[in-house]
Amino acid sequence: MIVHHIQTASLICILSPLLGAAISGLAGKRIGNRASHTVAIVGLAISFAAAIYLFAQVVLYKVPVYNADLYLWGGSGRFSFHAGILVDSLTTVMVTTVTFVSLLVHVYSIGYMRGDPAYHRFFSYMSLFTFFMLVLVMGNNFLMLFFGWEGVGLVSYLLIGFWFERESAARGSMKAFIVNRVGDFGFILGIAVVLAYFGTLDYAQVFKQAPSLAGEIVDISGTQFSVITVMALLLFVGAMGKSAQIPLHVWLPESMEGPTPISALIHAATMVTAGVYMVARLSPLFEFSEVALSVVLVFGATGALFLGMLALVENDIKRVIAYSTMSQLGYMMAANGVSAFSAAIFHLMTHACFKALLFLAAGSVIVALHHQQDMRKMGGLRKYLPITYITFLIGALALAALPPFAGFYSKDAIIEVVKQANTPGATYAYYCLLIGAFVTSLYIFRAFFMTFHGEERMVDDQNEHKHGHGEIHESEYFILLPLVLLAIPSIFLGFMMVTPMLYSGQFSLLGSSIYVAPEFDFMTALVTHYDGPAYMALTAFMHPPFWLSVLGILMAWCFYVKYPYWATYTRKYMEIFYCVLKNKYGFDAFNDFFFVRGVRGISQFFYRIGDVKIIDDCMVNGTGRAISHMSAWVRKLQSGYLYHYVFVMILGLFAFLAWVLL
Amino acid sequence: MNFEIPNFALALPEIFVLTMACAILLIDLFIPKHAKTLTYLLAQITLLGAAILTFQQYGHPGSVTTFNGMFVLNNLAIVLKLFIYLSAFASFLYARSYLPKTKIPYGEYFVLGLFSVLGMMVIVSAHNFIVLFLGLELFSLPIYAMVALRRDEGICVEAAIKYFVTGAIATGTLLYGLSMLYGATGSMDITRVSEVIMQSSLSDELILVFGLVFAVVGMVFKLGAVPFHMWVPDVYEGAPTPVVLFLGTTAKIAALGLLFRLLVDGLQPLSVQWQDLLIIVAVLSMALGNLAAIVQSNIKRMLAYSSIAHMGYMALGLVTATPQGYGAALFYMITYAIMTLGAFGVVAIMNNAGCEASKVSDLRGLNSRNPWLALMMLLVMFSMAGIPPIVGFMAKLSILEALIGVHLVWLAAIALFFAVIGAYYYIRVVKVMYFEEPEDATPIKYPVDMQIAISLSGVGLLVLGIVPGALFTLCQAVFGATPY
Repeated sequence: MIVHHIQTASLICILSPLLGAAISGLAGKRIGNRASHTVAIVGLAISFAAAIYLFAQVVLYKVPVYNADLYLWGGSGRFSFHAGILVDSLTTVMVTTVTFVSLLVHVYSIGYMRGDPAYHRFFSYMSLFTFFMLVLVMGNNFLMLFFGWEGVGLVSYLLIGFWFERESAARGSMKAFIVNRVGDFGFILGIAVVLAYFGTLDYAQVFKQAPSLAGEIVDISGTQFSVITVMALLLFVGAMGKSAQIPLHVWLPESMEGPTPISALIHAATMVTAGVYMVARLSPLFEFSEVALSVVLVFGATGALFLGMLALVENDIKRVIAYSTMSQLGYMMAANGVSAFSAAIFHLMTHACFKALLFLAAGSVIVALHHQQDMRKMGGLRKYLPITYITFLIGALALAALPPFAGFYSKDAIIEVVKQANTPGATYAYYCLLIGAFVTSLYIFRAFFMTFHGEERMVDDQNEHKHGHGEIHESEYFILLPLVLLAIPSIFLGFMMVTPMLYSGQFSLLGSSIYVAPEFDFMTALVTHYDGPAYMALTAFMHPPFWLSVLGILMAWCFYVKYPYWATYTRKYMEIFYCVLKNKYGFDAFNDFFFVRGVRGISQFFYRIGDVKIIDDCMVNGTGRAISHMSAWVRKLQSGYLYHYVFVMILGLFAFLAWVLL
Repeated sequence: MNFEIPNFALALPEIFVLTMACAILLIDLFIPKHAKTLTYLLAQITLLGAAILTFQQYGHPGSVTTFNGMFVLNNLAIVLKLFIYLSAFASFLYARSYLPKTKIPYGEYFVLGLFSVLGMMVIVSAHNFIVLFLGLELFSLPIYAMVALRRDEGICVEAAIKYFVTGAIATGTLLYGLSMLYGATGSMDITRVSEVIMQSSLSDELILVFGLVFAVVGMVFKLGAVPFHMWVPDVYEGAPTPVVLFLGTTAKIAALGLLFRLLVDGLQPLSVQWQDLLIIVAVLSMALGNLAAIVQSNIKRMLAYSSIAHMGYMALGLVTATPQGYGAALFYMITYAIMTLGAFGVVAIMNNAGCEASKVSDLRGLNSRNPWLALMMLLVMFSMAGIPPIVGFMAKLSILEALIGVHLVWLAAIALFFAVIGAYYYIRVVKVMYFEEPEDATPIKYPVDMQIAISLSGVGLLVLGIVPGALFTLCQAVFGATPY
């Protein structure tokens, strides 16, 4: 009986956003803006309710894992592909997070997108995105994962380019799409390897067979690789694209060209964490390859530090938060790399709340300043935007991982577990993450102080007049409500969830949905030192990350509030360092030089020689010419004279005779 | 010599159609001018009755002969007959409102049509050279007359004369070929001929090969394939549209029946020789049909060349000389008939609505004049081009599968190549309908029966494309082939 309920609830959960998207997208013009957003939000609310129900059933009442195929989607030879749903604790955690953030962002968008000519389209896309994201996390096989994966990519593209009449938005959406193609190339190859070796794409069956394939070796052009390693690494390439890991991170800053609500929903809270979710979901594969885990760890940790540092020199408030997102994704990946999947998912959860909060608060600032995003033209805003100020501060404290805010529990756990780990590269990763903690609090409080403290620098672009102070006022109710609702979990979520998520041994919340090999089980070691969340917060000062965070805040305060000239000096004396960061380590320049120009050069060559000369001129037009010559010839045959017709017939007869006899 | 009473039951549909056709001929003389619809109704009732009678015969596997082995009945004959009735029914249906507008008397068209149908029925059930030839003549002569129904139109008469003269030569060739086969084997009975050739290892004999070539020439003419295709464009252009419908669908199915009876039943032992001939026919037809269709501006001529190309594809199924290939050819022919009904149906509907539809450009902006009609034409064109999920794709696919099954991959490649060229002019029609502005924007109206007919062919193509299983299995089963 309960199985039926679970199935019904999951279907409602997945399909109601789709229905909302369809109605507001297809009929949006006819039913008007108000009805469009109502439909979308009601769809999301139903979905959220269903998610809560699933969460309660799975987590509180411990119903068994629901894993069933709904229908046969396609088959070919010995392969069959089903559309199916898997509901376990990992799914419910993800589903709840996604629908919660999505619901709030929907509400927020009523205020943020007011007056946009394509209002209903925006709501339709956001609901559609939620549908794809839910498919991604609720599917019970790689195919559903891939379907959702590509779906969210598509909607992300559509939403980054939502204001497609702006060239930078159109370019940003293209960049996101193309870079993600690179990742998806690896991802689909990974899925192909899975299919080739396991003969199925069903998670349960793949995971069951995985141990037996652990020792398998594949020979790729003379070098021996473990099959699982190849598989895991290819899949990780997909995760790199979607979750913006070095070197496929370059699209995420550009994605900030989209409206702020989608930066919060897609490019901070949900879609970009799909890679983290995927690695956690596929933990039974990754656990059989130390190499793959190590790669995940090193790439994640490197991103956590070095991408975070880029935020230090960025002046666009949204881009600061975007780099912060990459850095935090790096933390999650690093946790995956040391097999602390529960820590990764926990950080994913808390991060979804406080990062969405930061984005939405930034959006509130942007709306108040009439779409000004440059922090050099802000300052002293705390007077005008008190609620935004407080909520942003909560988000910043959570991000900087100060106890007892949400980020503290999740991030501290990651740093601790990496310290314990002996996966190759763990020491390097530990120092990266440790310094990263300092960098994190430095850049977020730099943004905080530049925006809300210090002198007022609100000058509009034409420098014509100072903004009248009366013009800047707190945003409307629809914008503030989600901020407040997100601030609550940003404060308490960590405190509440840390015990069940991380420190309950085999009874932990994620339970059997992740698999940790005994030799990589570093989380268990931490459990013995754990004495509850309050104790953890109180003893935070005994660990270096706490002091590094505080140092970061202090430095930010000194540089941007107390002694602003320090910043100028530092920049002057550390010119090289500044330049490297400002140029983003040259990734964009390199891509531009090597890929864009290189590909363009090759394309030009192929275009001129291959396309214009050979295909257009010779083959297409040539065929056309040849065919018109031929048809002219054919026309001559079809002269209309009866004796010609008969002549051809007789000729044909003789030709046939000759053909058969000779 | 003992005389046994033939089993008339097997030929019941033929007897019925003969009786009815004669009766309608007489009745038509006595009914007043304003009640001529009766003739039409009687003709359709005849076809329906024949269909019911034929359908009841379906089911016995294997062949039964009667009339001293002159007449054969098997599932192949039944399936062919049923589709002959179906396409004739549709052609008659389009003729109902078309004929009065062009002042063609009902009596002539429908009665001639019924006699021709009778000839076709005789062909597909023929088990003897004489009967075969008799059927062929009965099938052809009314059609010559039908082409010339608009006596006052020069183009019409010219087409009829050309068709008649070349047709007479072709029939003569066929008859000559049959006589040589008789001379070589000493029998007129189709099965007996096959046995004799097999037993006596005569297959290399010069006279047999001569006979085969002459017979093939006659049959290829009826199909309208290269190099005996010259009549096709002229006749398609000149003849009244309902006649073209009849000629392009019903007659083609009958011609395929002729090929099955003579080549497959009678001359299977000579398959090596006729395979070679059909390969040339197929390749030339695909090439010339598709190439020439590209430059046509007249829509009927374009469809004529397209029919030549389609006959080429169909012939490829026979080239394989396997039951699978025959099944594929039959499937192709049936689906082609439905497509032709759709394509010429649209032309007939436009003619009927008083629009000149002789040029491709006359279809301009059809979408804004009648969206449903344009959609049906789109389905037909995509089907002809072989675009999935419409049945034209399945038909081409089954032909290619059969070809690859006998390792004629190069032939399959050529077929594909020309299919790509062919797609050009089919898609051009779609482009003209959807992306160009109409010169005359008046909406097109047409009677309900035409609406039903055109919708059935268009939607039928789509449905058959999505679930081709039943028809495909049927086509395979009549040759005893197991579908793959």
